[in-house]
Amino acid sequence: MAAELASTRAVSRTFEPVRAPLLIPTWVIIGFFLVAPVLMMLAYSFLTKEFRGGVIWEFSLAAYDQFIFDRGLFGDEPPQIEWTYIVIFVRSIIQAGVATLLCLIIGFPTAYFIATRPRATRSMWLFLVTVPYWVNLLIRTVSMKFLIRDNGPLNEALLGLGVINEPIALINTDFAVQLGLFYSYLPFMVLPIYASVERYDFALSEAAADLYANRWTILRRVILPIVRPGIVAGCILVFVPSLGAFLAPDLLGGAKNFLIGSLIEEQFKGNAGNWPFGAAASMILLSLVLIALFIYARRQARRSAQAL
Amino acid sequence: MRHRINIRRYPGFLPVTILCLVVLYAPLLVVMVYSFNDSLSITRWGGFSFRWYMDIFTGPESAKFKDAAWNSLTIALSAAVASTIIATAAAVAMVRGGAFRGKALNLALISMPIMVPEIVTAVATLVFFSAIGFTLGYLSILVAHIVFCIPFAYLPIAARLQGIDGSYEEAAQDLYASRFQAFLRVLMPLMAPGILAGFLLAFIISLDDFIITNFIKGAGIETLPTAIFGAVKQGIKPNIMALSTLMLSVSIIIVTLSYFISRYGRPGTKAEA
Repeated sequence: MAAELASTRAVSRTFEPVRAPLLIPTWVIIGFFLVAPVLMMLAYSFLTKEFRGGVIWEFSLAAYDQFIFDRGLFGDEPPQIEWTYIVIFVRSIIQAGVATLLCLIIGFPTAYFIATRPRATRSMWLFLVTVPYWVNLLIRTVSMKFLIRDNGPLNEALLGLGVINEPIALINTDFAVQLGLFYSYLPFMVLPIYASVERYDFALSEAAADLYANRWTILRRVILPIVRPGIVAGCILVFVPSLGAFLAPDLLGGAKNFLIGSLIEEQFKGNAGNWPFGAAASMILLSLVLIALFIYARRQARRSAQAL
Repeated sequence: MRHRINIRRYPGFLPVTILCLVVLYAPLLVVMVYSFNDSLSITRWGGFSFRWYMDIFTGPESAKFKDAAWNSLTIALSAAVASTIIATAAAVAMVRGGAFRGKALNLALISMPIMVPEIVTAVATLVFFSAIGFTLGYLSILVAHIVFCIPFAYLPIAARLQGIDGSYEEAAQDLYASRFQAFLRVLMPLMAPGILAGFLLAFIISLDDFIITNFIKGAGIETLPTAIFGAVKQGIKPNIMALSTLMLSVSIIIVTLSYFISRYGRPGTKAEA
């Protein structure tokens, strides 16, 4: 109680009168160079396509229509569902989901292990886990490609050790993409879980042990429910960037592992570009991300409301 | 009390942690080792040599790499300076500006570059720039980098500022310092570790970016990541591994520095005691 009082008193409002001028640069830069472009994409997704890139300023639902229906909803023949793009989205969601699961399976024990180290060594362990994240993502993805390619060091080592008789084909598979995404975003899983486990009171584990719960029962029935907010945060932080990832699918997945990122890229880079369609795909991706973040934010708000 | 140590530990968690670190570091170590390979083939080991490092500085592609490195470094430096200034101003307003309507909206705006998927930011910026007639090139890359560096600079700066007691700048004002003097002479030195950490993060994030840069760079200008991506499309060559090793060493050195700076200047250690 005293601490709360002290902390509210410590909040200074010294800069209240100049608040607006201090925020203006942020409004201008992010407003003009990010909010405006995203709104423009929203508008473009409802326009008519110009051949060889660009748009015609004429309202049209063709982009969204093309996404879902075969010849278009308003064509002569009865419309049929066009599965190509839906399949690409579903596949992206599955790939991101598997990558998230992989991160959770490896990340939870790692985060737990680090959080139960002596205080002095914890930050060193955390540092070790986060350093690779700061290495250029492109370089990391290329390194992964180099390591797992058909006659790469991993296969050579396994052949040399006699574990396998012929190289495993890892590159250009779904698993390679999942591995690449896992590798890209693992620290995002470890950090929030670590933060929750660190706050966990191990007296609860002891109480459960006194009541004859074994270790794994304690993990399942006591620890996991309590650190769940950290797990949910980690899953969202991994899932969201995985969904729109471009490098891992492009470099590790090969041509047949086409995901949302590549679909959008193709509309704006190639000659066959269809800007409204690319804009529509971007907006659908952005909506998925915002829905995920919104659900998360609402859960958090409900939790803090319960806590009061 | 004897079970206390046991119930905290889970058999298998240490091996998983080690596996995690192996997965994180193995690809980087392998590339580092093979960058010293004295062989044209990337598969066979032909002895230790610096020839690929010589190649990036003097070989046929050296001019391209030098230009790309210059662009990368100057853009990262300018973007980091600009975004750190903008983020510091925003952090002071958000943390020391009292409660106000639209605070959540402002926070959403600041964190928007992190929330919007990178590929969407990339294409949206490309379309927007071509619509307003902003020539694609060095300047367009710089502007886009400033935008996505702001939240990364903001987070450590705001976190640091939250840990500083308000009585410092109030005391300064009681002693007739103007608001600006109180900021410059009292608050800013206290915030310095956060500002430095934010600057370094922004610098690395800018240096790291590939997707957005690749879309809005236009023809005829490359940064290191786009140059590497272009080269890798034709297969991984040994000189690219040498270049990658240099770049990842720079990143690791900067991160290690910022780790020690933030440890050194961590606030609140006295308050905890």
